[in-house]
Amino acid sequence: QPLELPLSRAGPSALLPAGRARPGHSEPRGRHGRGGEDERQREEQMGGWQQLYPGHIPTSPLQKALLAAGSAVVALCDPYRHDMVAVLGETTGCLALPNLRDKMKNHPEGYRILQERPRIRLSTLDMARLQGLPDGSLGREYVRFLEDNKVSPDTRMPPKFVDDEELAYVIQRYREVHDLMHTLLGMPTNMLGEVVVKWFEAIQTGLPMCVLGAAFGPVRLSTRKLQVLATELVPWAIRSGLNASCVLNVYYEQRWEQPVESLREELGIFPPP
Amino acid sequence: LRLCRCPARALLSRFAGAPRARRGLAARPEMHFGFQTVTEEERREKIYQVFETVAKKYDVMNDSMTLGIHRVWKDILVHKMNPCPGTLLLDVAGGTGDIAFRFINYVRSVRQRQLQRKLKHHQNLSWQEIFESYQKDKFNSLGDSQVVVCDINREMLKVGKQKAQYLGYSEGLSWVLGNAEELPFDDDKFDVYTIAFGIRNVTRIDLALQEAYRVLKPGGRFLCLEFSHVSNPLLSRLYDLYSFQVIPVLGEVIAGDWKSYQYLVESIRQFPPQEELKVMIEDAGFFKVDYENLNFGIVAIHSGFKL
Repeated sequence: QPLELPLSRAGPSALLPAGRARPGHSEPRGRHGRGGEDERQREEQMGGWQQLYPGHIPTSPLQKALLAAGSAVVALCDPYRHDMVAVLGETTGCLALPNLRDKMKNHPEGYRILQERPRIRLSTLDMARLQGLPDGSLGREYVRFLEDNKVSPDTRMPPKFVDDEELAYVIQRYREVHDLMHTLLGMPTNMLGEVVVKWFEAIQTGLPMCVLGAAFGPVRLSTRKLQVLATELVPWAIRSGLNASCVLNVYYEQRWEQPVESLREELGIFPPP
Repeated sequence: LRLCRCPARALLSRFAGAPRARRGLAARPEMHFGFQTVTEEERREKIYQVFETVAKKYDVMNDSMTLGIHRVWKDILVHKMNPCPGTLLLDVAGGTGDIAFRFINYVRSVRQRQLQRKLKHHQNLSWQEIFESYQKDKFNSLGDSQVVVCDINREMLKVGKQKAQYLGYSEGLSWVLGNAEELPFDDDKFDVYTIAFGIRNVTRIDLALQEAYRVLKPGGRFLCLEFSHVSNPLLSRLYDLYSFQVIPVLGEVIAGDWKSYQYLVESIRQFPPQEELKVMIEDAGFFKVDYENLNFGIVAIHSGFKL
């Protein structure tokens, strides 16, 4: 008799390990069990949660806590472990992500993004066309940014530990729009530029990962850079972040021709120092 | 160190029946890959991929997951083996070489003691004769002991060879690419056969046990170190909690690979418990089969003799 599992999260009691729920635990498990039994075993161990989207790994609250702690430590010790930064964002974003999603839902353009689910990837971008756009337009400047810093939009990690399919898209969108943030703020991908963008994103999204990145990122900067950061860049980033409307509510794919200046004005981002 | 790809030669004809039988079985999705159900071929492939991915971080992960205790388990295995110089060991699924290196260290120290005792008995020799006996024994620090490390996975062997080079192990060590279910060795060749944390990943355990029996000399010993079942209910719950909640997280954080470590803990639950494995070993023809639980059954060492 197959188990009927709810599509959304199981209750908090799902945390505990299977040892409690399984009868006849010490019996040798048949090596030739039926398929249904396997699913039940896995679901018991996972607390009855299902895979909600490709790449989703259901996790218990304890696992999320351990992941958050572990990924925070590793991300701090080895900033090149981008996967750990991503995991930290996913495991700590349970309050901020629904907020972001609601902001998007209540905005006409954001709502459309949630419906249509556009993805920013090399395969979906027409690089030739974007390069052909006039200087100062969003598309042209974005491509210039990618080339100058030698980055690609395809290196963003897909979410694994977000337990809601729509929120998984929201965090995916946030990651893919990150490069556009760099373009709009005019910041390069060195440590200084990344910290500034993190401050802006922390104010805009409220994601704990951004807050942590903004707070701990400067640890690795020289004093001279720290000075510039503290006196000019961070105050500007904060002011822009507070003043600007939600950056996830912009359908960037339909605004490649728009000049960056005009988009900045529209959003409410002050000109970079 | 040589990577010896021994040709299958007459072996295959002996097992002509086996592949056909296996192909028949492969049609039915009957095997377990952790908690999933897959065909035999799929299982072999998936396991190969798991170890290909984890090879580089294998040792780090072992230390993190077991808090270093796996080293003690492996030490106990080699002490139980108690090899004397001149032993020929086959370490199957020996990948990164942990058992092989311990074996070499053990026979080296036994050999040292042997040589010391020999010298003590020959104290009436002239200094020249003592010097000559040094020359004779100098290049024989292992006393002709040899270990063959056999693994089905290229990546694991690669890591093992690099480790050997780094740690300075060179003599008495051979690395062979081979399948435990169909070993590229002739009959009655080895004194001891070990398989540490490997038999769980073999798709047809019965075939691996038969092969072990075949390649051992009469009087040879079979030793298997593997995760097993914990019968104590309280400990079993703690062990489950740790296995399922902590280990995949460690895998993700340290190796960036959740799924391989999820497979690891699931495969431990799917593996036959102590008594069942004992019966399987007896079925392969071994005598005086026994097992010793380590850490209340988290790990067990099974031993049998070919008589």
